[in-house]
Amino acid sequence: MSGSASESPKSLEAFKTRGRIVIVGASLAGLRAAEALRAAGFTGRLTMIGDEADEPYDRPPLSKQVLAGWVPASHTRLPRARAVDADWRLGVAAVALDRVAKLVRLANGDEVGFDRLLIATGVRSRQWPNPDEAALDGVYTLRTSTDAARLRKALAASPKRVLVIGAGFIGSEVASVCRDLGLEVTVAERAATPLAGALGGVIGAVAAEMQRQHGVDLRTGVGVSALEGDARGHVRAAHLSDGTTLAVDVVLASRGASRTIEWLDGAGLAAGFWGVGCDAGCRAFDINGVVTDNIFVAGDIARSPHVLYEYQFLSMEHWDNAVLGAEIAGHNMVSDETQRRPHLLLPGFWSGQFGINIKSVGVPSFGDEILLTQGSFESRRFAAAYGRRGRIVGAVTFDYGKWLQFYGAQIQRSGPFPPPAAGFDRPADARPVPADFPARGVPTGIPDVVLTGHDPNERSAEYRPRGH
Amino acid sequence: MRIVVDLNRCLGYAQCVPLAPDVLRLKGDEALTYDPNPDDKHRLRVLRAAASCPVQAILVDQLDETEGKP
Repeated sequence: MSGSASESPKSLEAFKTRGRIVIVGASLAGLRAAEALRAAGFTGRLTMIGDEADEPYDRPPLSKQVLAGWVPASHTRLPRARAVDADWRLGVAAVALDRVAKLVRLANGDEVGFDRLLIATGVRSRQWPNPDEAALDGVYTLRTSTDAARLRKALAASPKRVLVIGAGFIGSEVASVCRDLGLEVTVAERAATPLAGALGGVIGAVAAEMQRQHGVDLRTGVGVSALEGDARGHVRAAHLSDGTTLAVDVVLASRGASRTIEWLDGAGLAAGFWGVGCDAGCRAFDINGVVTDNIFVAGDIARSPHVLYEYQFLSMEHWDNAVLGAEIAGHNMVSDETQRRPHLLLPGFWSGQFGINIKSVGVPSFGDEILLTQGSFESRRFAAAYGRRGRIVGAVTFDYGKWLQFYGAQIQRSGPFPPPAAGFDRPADARPVPADFPARGVPTGIPDVVLTGHDPNERSAEYRPRGH
Repeated sequence: MRIVVDLNRCLGYAQCVPLAPDVLRLKGDEALTYDPNPDDKHRLRVLRAAASCPVQAILVDQLDETEGKP
């Protein structure tokens, strides 16, 4: 593979037939972008670079079907919409980007030249901060299929107590699987409730009640100060910040994810804690806010301004953000300026836990008030809307997903808050209350949707969760 | 074979479940769970299940051979 300066094709048509595209990141976004490029008529050379050895696979099943033991960790490979006819470089990470020479350097010393580049390196789990404790047997994170296989093996060995550190979506889903498997599980969360960062304390209280009714030993407002190993190097105890000590033999650190940006050091792109800044057409910004011509960004690592949220740069670790962002990026990489499309997704996610389907649309954490609009918290069948300054900005449902589109349509048109009545089951006495999101800087897990300010290079978005 | 269900799109109608119960299951009232890489012997049933979905949330592979195998 050579990075030598072959002459770049001049016209778009020449580029589409003879150009070289490199996609760094061979997961959901990378794969869907490759398919979009071929669908748009790109017949040039395509290289897929991924640090994991396996071909692209789906991650959401890992914390559910896989941990439950129904589906092996190796059986979540993604279906293909079309052949991508790529040169696959899997199991080797990209370590540097040279924008002047237009090449990507790989960990094995190879260099891969490109005319256009897609950055889709996503995120990885935040590791337990103490490296000695993180290295203990029985201490896990959950992001990759290898992680899931290891954790599944540990859960199948009937541990006496599992400790989940961090009650975001993944931590809560794992706790749910543990209870399904009949395992004792403690969840330690520094915020006042589970799911606080994503859905606020009002919904978090519903989630807390749900966890406790299912037999989870939920402890909120506490952190884990230290993990202790036995003589064989296996974790045996956790020391909590309230002074208690728990005997545990499996620990999952689920404290959110961090963007895989290290390989972009020195490349001069607007890469930072929340990802790589790009415009609504997926083109990367450089460090001074100048948009690049040939570098595109998609998936979890992308952050781009969103019209619905005051043009703040929105960073989303959502499945459909990867799929739809990649489709737009792929299209735009082989299109003229006037044919380019915007990636303006209304965020949405789901989480199955404790037999309940939790879904959301919009950005709940942009709101400061919440109103129960349908159903009841007690039945755990409800819809609730989030508002800010008289406008609806997000909604959440528990086993009420058929109504989510109604709220999505209201959010898309910046409809009023409280929203017009939906259905016939509006609670008689419901009124807006503070949504109770943790203040910025409160050390909870990193939420998976974040509005990161207006500055493409994030100087104004310094949000550093403290420690763990 | 390989499938993926777009669970943002899925509204929990569960039409698919009785058509391919070894592959698609409902957990609780609304949460769909599934085997992403079921045995090929289920292909016909899965195709019927995918066709039955009112919101077309079940995506089935369009290729017999896939690239990128290690």
